[in-house]
Amino acid sequence: MSEYLLKAVDISKAFVGVQALDAVSLDIRPGEIHCLAGENGCGKSTLIKIISGVYQQDAGYIEFNGKRFTRITPLEAIAMGIQVIYQDFSIFPNLTVMENLAFNTELAAGRRLVNKRRMRTVAEEALSKINFDIELDRLVGSLSVAEKQMVAICRALMFDAKLIIMDEPTTALTRKEVRALFEIILKLKEQGIAILFVSHKLNEVFEISERFTIFRSGKHIVSGNTSELDDRKFSYYMTGREFDAEPFRPRYEGGECVLEVENLAIEGAFEDVSFRLCRGEILGITGLLDSGRSELALALFGLRRSTGGRILVKGKEIAMGSPRDAIEAGIGYVPEDRLSEGLFLPRSIADNIVISEIDRLTGALSVLDFRRYRQEVEDWVRALSIATPDPENACSTLSGGNQQRVVLAKWLACKPDVLVLNGPTVGVDIGSKHDIHRILQRLANEGMAVIIISDDLPEVLQNCSHLLIMKDGRIVARPDPGSTDENTVLSHML
Amino acid sequence: MNALLKFYRRDRHISRLVIMLAGWLIFMAITCFDKFFSIRNFPTIASVIPEYGLMSLGAMVCMITGGIDLSGVGIANLTSITMALFMKSLPDETGYVTPWMVPLVLLMAILCGLCAGAVNGTLISKVKIPPILATLGINQLLTGIAMVITNGPAVQNIPPVYSSMINNKLLKVVPGKRGTVSGLIPVQLLIFVAVVLLIWFLMARTSYGKKLYMIGTNENVARYSGLKVDRMLIKTYAMSGACAALGGMIMLANYSSARADYGSQYTLQCILIVVLGGVSPTGGRGKISGVMLAIVLLSLLEAGINRFPQISSYYITMIWGAVLLLVMVLNYFAENPIRKRR
Repeated sequence: MSEYLLKAVDISKAFVGVQALDAVSLDIRPGEIHCLAGENGCGKSTLIKIISGVYQQDAGYIEFNGKRFTRITPLEAIAMGIQVIYQDFSIFPNLTVMENLAFNTELAAGRRLVNKRRMRTVAEEALSKINFDIELDRLVGSLSVAEKQMVAICRALMFDAKLIIMDEPTTALTRKEVRALFEIILKLKEQGIAILFVSHKLNEVFEISERFTIFRSGKHIVSGNTSELDDRKFSYYMTGREFDAEPFRPRYEGGECVLEVENLAIEGAFEDVSFRLCRGEILGITGLLDSGRSELALALFGLRRSTGGRILVKGKEIAMGSPRDAIEAGIGYVPEDRLSEGLFLPRSIADNIVISEIDRLTGALSVLDFRRYRQEVEDWVRALSIATPDPENACSTLSGGNQQRVVLAKWLACKPDVLVLNGPTVGVDIGSKHDIHRILQRLANEGMAVIIISDDLPEVLQNCSHLLIMKDGRIVARPDPGSTDENTVLSHML
Repeated sequence: MNALLKFYRRDRHISRLVIMLAGWLIFMAITCFDKFFSIRNFPTIASVIPEYGLMSLGAMVCMITGGIDLSGVGIANLTSITMALFMKSLPDETGYVTPWMVPLVLLMAILCGLCAGAVNGTLISKVKIPPILATLGINQLLTGIAMVITNGPAVQNIPPVYSSMINNKLLKVVPGKRGTVSGLIPVQLLIFVAVVLLIWFLMARTSYGKKLYMIGTNENVARYSGLKVDRMLIKTYAMSGACAALGGMIMLANYSSARADYGSQYTLQCILIVVLGGVSPTGGRGKISGVMLAIVLLSLLEAGINRFPQISSYYITMIWGAVLLLVMVLNYFAENPIRKRR
């Protein structure tokens, strides 16, 4: 038995014209928790797909358990004990937990008839491996993200896995759930299973992994023990740039109060939420996933109807019936999920930027004024330095950070007085995150009122002038971000 | 050559339609030039095109939103029947009807279409019925009402002034049979072209067009972007209804009668034309130029096949189906080039 469970050596892979991986190497010891980090598009996913046999490398080889492969098929990968848990978990939402778990063994055994009792035994056995307690007859589609993930892990374990690859497993999890996941990962480690944990979140890398590997634009940058890594080094390895995080200092003076929320409530989501927001302020709202923070955001933007309380913009009460009402009152909203709520991916960058203000770019009979349209697009592409050769290109050609800038541009183009951002830097690389924070601080200092809703504590502490902490649908604390630390905030949240 | 290639690449789908159209015209020129390329043949084709052409335009805008409109024929027939009955009630004792009633009747028909379409749009946007079911239901309902009103047979003997006005051909240069003079440009075609230009303008030049494509791309994002999605859908289905109603009025002129089951093959034919024209059935993609080409291609195919006495007209449906599948298959291979497998 060799020292390493998996060795990927000098792997290269090119897609039409793009070198996705350039002679990268990765090695994992048996029973180790290894973290693979890097910005979006650095080649992490490509390497995973090569290891699991979905893609074939152009050069290099893979050694697993001392056996050398120049190419692996997906079936070989599974047979050798390599299991990948993708972000979408690849499970069937319309089937029950039991069916999802037992499906593969039933198929593998070539059974054509369904035997519920046998399936139940198989499923129970799978769940018992990580002591996961869930009703077997529930539909997987009705489970929470964390529960789905557990089902996926249980299923992976059924194949006698030696290496489990988790692709950004914490993206949609709450803090509590991340905790639970980490415990499971440690339990798996005890059973001698190696974990390759793919992430770009610094704190997770520190918390869980023993060794790490960082890629940048398809190249191997560094591997080492996590204990030798710190914040600054991590950001540097990831981006090749050095950052000085600058805390927000409000500079806009004499800001009138633009937004007042009085006893706002949505039955079953949150209640009795009141706050005031003036020009030049950045208000942070944080809390766990189920704290009501997202519902609050939706209510502020007219996407959910409030069942009590009032929203006043510049002293005037606004009946929030639809997003249009909010926009006309001067509120912009950068949504939580860029892909399903923020962007028309197949459409052009230009269309995406102007769509919300498009009625302002028309003449008589709502005929579009294409000269003003192009001017507007050009201005915003420049103002937010969106990296594109041609704004007529589809939005899907942009990286996550640039896509988020397009969403920002869309709302800034509406010239709002209040900009609400729900998770402004989720799925955005460190470089862009830094830039987005700078943009938000600048906007506030130019007189905009900004609300950042986020569970990224360093983000809210660093960028906000005020902070609300929500728990179970109520505001539980309003600490001053300048004199609070993450642990205090956490203790209020939990 | 390079310019040609560039033109081909600008929109491959449309280029392929152009090539197929050219190919068919050349084939017809070789096999029966005299019969097909006669000066009398084209006005005849052009007077039938608007019937389903107008309905196809409506189907197109709805499909661009990501929906579908199957109620065109129902709207067309009920409108033409009510308008036919209305016109029959007009003549005084002397049997005279003023020609001015024709534009008025057309206007009323458009209003009927708008209303029926708005009901479709409301069912889809407010009551959240899937478009395919809502419009199919409305189609059945309207066809049913039309049957009840007429008891089945066609409404005939409408004032002849209506047919003679709409079914007229302008630019009278061609000597017709037995010394009568027939024209080159049918009035139906003019109405159709006017509607085409109007819809092209709406889609390409106004904010309505941009929003239409955005809603079709992703309705949820459109909602989050502050577009009034419900209102847009109602407007769009209303527009489709108006197109269908006009199509019905042209059928009324062409047949000089109205019946509850005229043109029932048009429902699916329109959907085929729209898809053939390059509109994505999932919404957000498609151009009016493609749909126009598809309409012309299919009608020339039909007219051409009719020139061969030995081929029964029953083959037309089969050939249409084959053309549609051929284009879809070509599209598939154009978008997913066959790669060498290692």
